[in-house]
Amino acid sequence: MASSTDLDIVNVTKRFGSHAAVDDVSFSVAPGEFFSILGPSGCGKTTLMRMIAGFEHPTSGDIRIRGQSMIGVPANKRPVNMVFQSLALFPMMSVGENVAYGLTCRGVSRAEADERASRMLERVGLKGFGSRRVTALSGGQRQRVAIARCLVLEPTLVLLDEPLGALDLKLREHMKIELKQLQGTFNTTFAYITHDQSEALVMSDRIAVMNQGRFEQVGSPRELYHNPATPFVASFVGETNRLQGEAAAASNGTIAVRLPSGAVVQGQGKGAAKALAFVRPEAVALAQDPASLSNLPNRFEGRVSAVLFDGAASSLLIDTTGFEQPVRAVLPQAGPLAGIQVGAPVHVGWTADAMKVFAA
Amino acid sequence: MIAKQASRLTLFLLLAPAILWLGLLIVLPHVEILVLSFSERVAPRVYAFGFGNYLEFFTEPLYWRTFARTAFMSILVTALTLVLAFPIALYIARVAQGRLKAMLLLLCLLPFWVSELVRTLGWMILLRETGVISYALRSMGVASQPVELLYNDGAVILGLVYGGLLFMIVPLANALESLEPAVVEAGYDLGGSRWTVLRRIVIPHAMPGIVAGCIIVFMLTVGNFATPVLLGGKNGLWFTEQIYAQFITRFNWPQGAAFGMLLLLLSSAIVWLGLRLTGQSLGTTLKQA
Repeated sequence: MASSTDLDIVNVTKRFGSHAAVDDVSFSVAPGEFFSILGPSGCGKTTLMRMIAGFEHPTSGDIRIRGQSMIGVPANKRPVNMVFQSLALFPMMSVGENVAYGLTCRGVSRAEADERASRMLERVGLKGFGSRRVTALSGGQRQRVAIARCLVLEPTLVLLDEPLGALDLKLREHMKIELKQLQGTFNTTFAYITHDQSEALVMSDRIAVMNQGRFEQVGSPRELYHNPATPFVASFVGETNRLQGEAAAASNGTIAVRLPSGAVVQGQGKGAAKALAFVRPEAVALAQDPASLSNLPNRFEGRVSAVLFDGAASSLLIDTTGFEQPVRAVLPQAGPLAGIQVGAPVHVGWTADAMKVFAA
Repeated sequence: MIAKQASRLTLFLLLAPAILWLGLLIVLPHVEILVLSFSERVAPRVYAFGFGNYLEFFTEPLYWRTFARTAFMSILVTALTLVLAFPIALYIARVAQGRLKAMLLLLCLLPFWVSELVRTLGWMILLRETGVISYALRSMGVASQPVELLYNDGAVILGLVYGGLLFMIVPLANALESLEPAVVEAGYDLGGSRWTVLRRIVIPHAMPGIVAGCIIVFMLTVGNFATPVLLGGKNGLWFTEQIYAQFITRFNWPQGAAFGMLLLLLSSAIVWLGLRLTGQSLGTTLKQA
């Protein structure tokens, strides 16, 4: 039976005692898609992935791969291969044996398995590494062996369980791009789980944000970032300023939120008696002269309390009158404010559509 | 200068107990035995240097055959112990958690709180003609007359495997414990059956433990005295009995000393051969054990 999706999760629930680690989750992954599940540790994403791999069994619901139900199919019979968090390379085998292992398990002859393994190693840029010990490889090379070991089996779906977690920052940045490119050249469906929003945003075609066993939102990285569906998504994906208050009057698409100090901010969304409002640091406009912000509905004045210099990701913390927490804003890279110092007075402002309001 | 001397003295003092222990209790008696084994009696109370005691071992079939039998049965005991201990160690290391794990290890250790002699006597109570098993077989109607289960090779092997089990389980469980669960899962995930995972991942990982356990059990078994004597009786024919006979019954110390040296050399040679044949090295075993 031909199926237009590679993976279907249908109302899957997994309970450990009375605790639901995964609570009625459904989603589909299309062929060739890079799908990420993003969530804080303990949100159930690892349990979900282990159910797809076949190491855990759902309490209820169905897992289908290309339309075939996987309930009752053991891990070694599923067309799914996993890249483990620790990579779990076989230390007792050479690099080539690691890659050939899955093929020999399928009954491919030794000679052919070796041949296919060395071709796969060549494709991931490890030509001639076949006879090395896995312990003699660098972090990035081990990563590629772990992926090659899965891809050589031509699985329907590759599961990746935070495989970049153990790498240092520089290598992680590099591997993000490399993984994305590998996925593109092999055109294999990837399901990637991570707690690192930057990994998910950079690599994925679609992301599911998971919290307490449930999916909060499924969408493209841009959708999640610009149109979060829930307060959790708004605060978990990307940096943001979070304000708490009461919803006041609403008029032609904008809603006013009154902060405990009495200050009022204008945003878009829905608010009840209690409301949460979010604004991204890069949406906060800064000016020394209040006149240049005069067309913005949200205008406040404050004083720089900290300069967090981090190259292109530098930001300012601004103690703003009427706000309990300092407002975080992106440090301008050029212009008169580029050299702003702690203690300098500054005016901040943002548009109403940059501020997302949710009922708390 | 003074500091250097002081540190040397400290080093010496720290090493002293080990050196004394090694020197007085291990090296000295062995040198003594070695010297003794080369003395031949040429006339009453007259001894001369010679290889006669060693030649005796090779020319008298009783001696080398007893040794060959001892070595063969010890290898068999080692293999049986390994096969029995592996699933137990696997369970202790990988399935049991927390208190259960400690309990199971304690259970393995418990029989070793009583002396080897008492443990062997326990087996005799079970196996002898008037013993528990014989009685049970008769009362169930399986046997019509008392069954003697003692004084055969089976009883000896049983007793020796029982005595060696702990020394196999501990190094095995140790080695298996360090196997990362994700590596085993990866073995299944990539399509491996239980047997493939065991053969290609679990056993290679446990190899240092297997080697260590086998060496310990083999050496203990070859050099065992009480178990073969008590459970085998006259049919025991263990090489240590020959050494005992030379020293105590025949009062031929040089001959006994030569047999002792031969036991040490030949069993070491078997261990070395075993390591060579399985492609293992003692160095890596010791490093990982």
